[in-house]
Amino acid sequence: MSNNLTIYLFIFMLATFIGLEVIKRVSPLLHTPLMSLTNAISAISLVGSIELTGTHYHDHLAVTLGTIAITASFANVVGGFVITDRMLKMFKKREPVKTGASSGGAA
Amino acid sequence: MSVETFQQYTYIIAAGCFILALKWLSRPSTARRGVTIGEIGMAIAILGALLTRGMTYNWIIVGLILGALIGLPLAIFMPMKDVPQRTALSHSFGGLAAAVVGTAEYYLHARAGATPLTHFEMTALVLEVLLGYLTFTGSLMAFGKLQELLPSRPMVYKGQNFVNLTLFAIAVACGVVLVVDPSRTALFPVLAALSLLFGVLLIIPIGGADMPTVISLLNSYAGLSASAMGFVLNNPLLIVAGALDGSSGLILSIIMCRAMNRSFTNVLFGGFGQVAQAGGTKEQRPYRSVSAEEAASILEAASRVVIVPGYGMAVAQAQHKVRELYDSLTKSGVDVKFAIHPVAGRMPGHMNVLLAEADIPYDRLIEMDEINPEFAQTDVVVVIGANDVTNPAAKTDKTSPIYGMPILDVDKASTVMVIKRSMSPGFAGIDNDLYYMDKTMMLFGDAKAVTGDLVKELAASKAGV
Repeated sequence: MSNNLTIYLFIFMLATFIGLEVIKRVSPLLHTPLMSLTNAISAISLVGSIELTGTHYHDHLAVTLGTIAITASFANVVGGFVITDRMLKMFKKREPVKTGASSGGAA
Repeated sequence: MSVETFQQYTYIIAAGCFILALKWLSRPSTARRGVTIGEIGMAIAILGALLTRGMTYNWIIVGLILGALIGLPLAIFMPMKDVPQRTALSHSFGGLAAAVVGTAEYYLHARAGATPLTHFEMTALVLEVLLGYLTFTGSLMAFGKLQELLPSRPMVYKGQNFVNLTLFAIAVACGVVLVVDPSRTALFPVLAALSLLFGVLLIIPIGGADMPTVISLLNSYAGLSASAMGFVLNNPLLIVAGALDGSSGLILSIIMCRAMNRSFTNVLFGGFGQVAQAGGTKEQRPYRSVSAEEAASILEAASRVVIVPGYGMAVAQAQHKVRELYDSLTKSGVDVKFAIHPVAGRMPGHMNVLLAEADIPYDRLIEMDEINPEFAQTDVVVVIGANDVTNPAAKTDKTSPIYGMPILDVDKASTVMVIKRSMSPGFAGIDNDLYYMDKTMMLFGDAKAVTGDLVKELAASKAGV
């Protein structure tokens, strides 16, 4: 166990530094999508919830809490990815200037 | 290959996918690819989890269906102006998931005959539960404030910090006792209840203007609780994904704090805005109010225009009218840019998303440090629903509560137009010196209506020429 302990702390340390380095490079333009994407990613607690609910099916408390956890984290998985993509779809480079019809107050 | 080994491989691949997802998110050109690889990683990880030996699936399927039913409509139909609320809500879901799994794990191991948790695992579990529950209620409070179900003013009372810190100290003490002796089951509900309560109390004194920092901080907590769950469940994938989220939230909160020249402790325990109310001897100062017609004629003559959007634009849903203004000016050959302050709006990047929604090209959205040197060469600045981030007092007035906060140097431009409902001071209750400068013109009214009037006047005068 003490072996696992140090390895896990090691993993945590390295992942934190990778996270800091990668996220520092994200343009402030995309900070909102960044937050919704990391939200979807941290909904990986779904994996833990699935293992808990599936293997302790004889335990009422574990199943009840596990199902709540699956619901909450899967809502974040689905919702997080979908809304991130919805936002990113809106970010466009400058289009060639349109002429005529779509002028000023028309819309 | 055994199922267990295969499962471990799926987790390793998923972790790699998540890192790539964040890496590709750094630029708009590759960002959507980042979402796709993140989805692939998540699908692989879920597949791996479902392969665990000896599982029954009924309740898993129920949970997945319920989750999809809640998550999908929220993501598909939520208007972009409500993104901060949705984000707060998803942080609360994340916190809840981690907290209840921690709770279940605790009782599973506390039962007679079960293998007790090691001190190390118990430490992780206490952190998971503490952070999870406080993120759950704290984010719900933030959601309530953003959705205006609760007053978004900071609610402060005497001895607030003392009460909060005492409660937190008791919760931590419970946690420590549980780590030393996990069999004291009576303390666990106390820890859970105090964490839930602390989440509520932590957010009560936070005002709307501090939401970007607080949302980032809660983002970090949600990630850390997921990571702690990985330590409890012996699952490195959870540790990695949680750490990525935790560091992302941390970076964003640091950026937000810097953009307000404040520290974490000051945001959480400071009670912003009290100072301003204390020194509230307001003398009437003269200002200049102009009509849309006059403003339009000045805009027409300009060659460089910078638009400064703020939360007021989001509230009035004026971004589409702003887009029309942008189109109209651009077509007459005016160079139009947008100046984005890091804390404009209610969450990091809020303004960018709204303007992108209105189809404004993202290369026109310029960050504070980059746009500030350009204000001196700018003919007209149009401030739409922004206030404190343009207040020159942050540079000149040492007694101002926002002194030292980096601002957009709007006052350096030749002419400043401010679209605002009335002369009443902004969120923080601080009078804005900008409004009383000789070069400043006030356009009073709803941001959407006034911007619409400007567009109409510009079109009319174009047609007339």
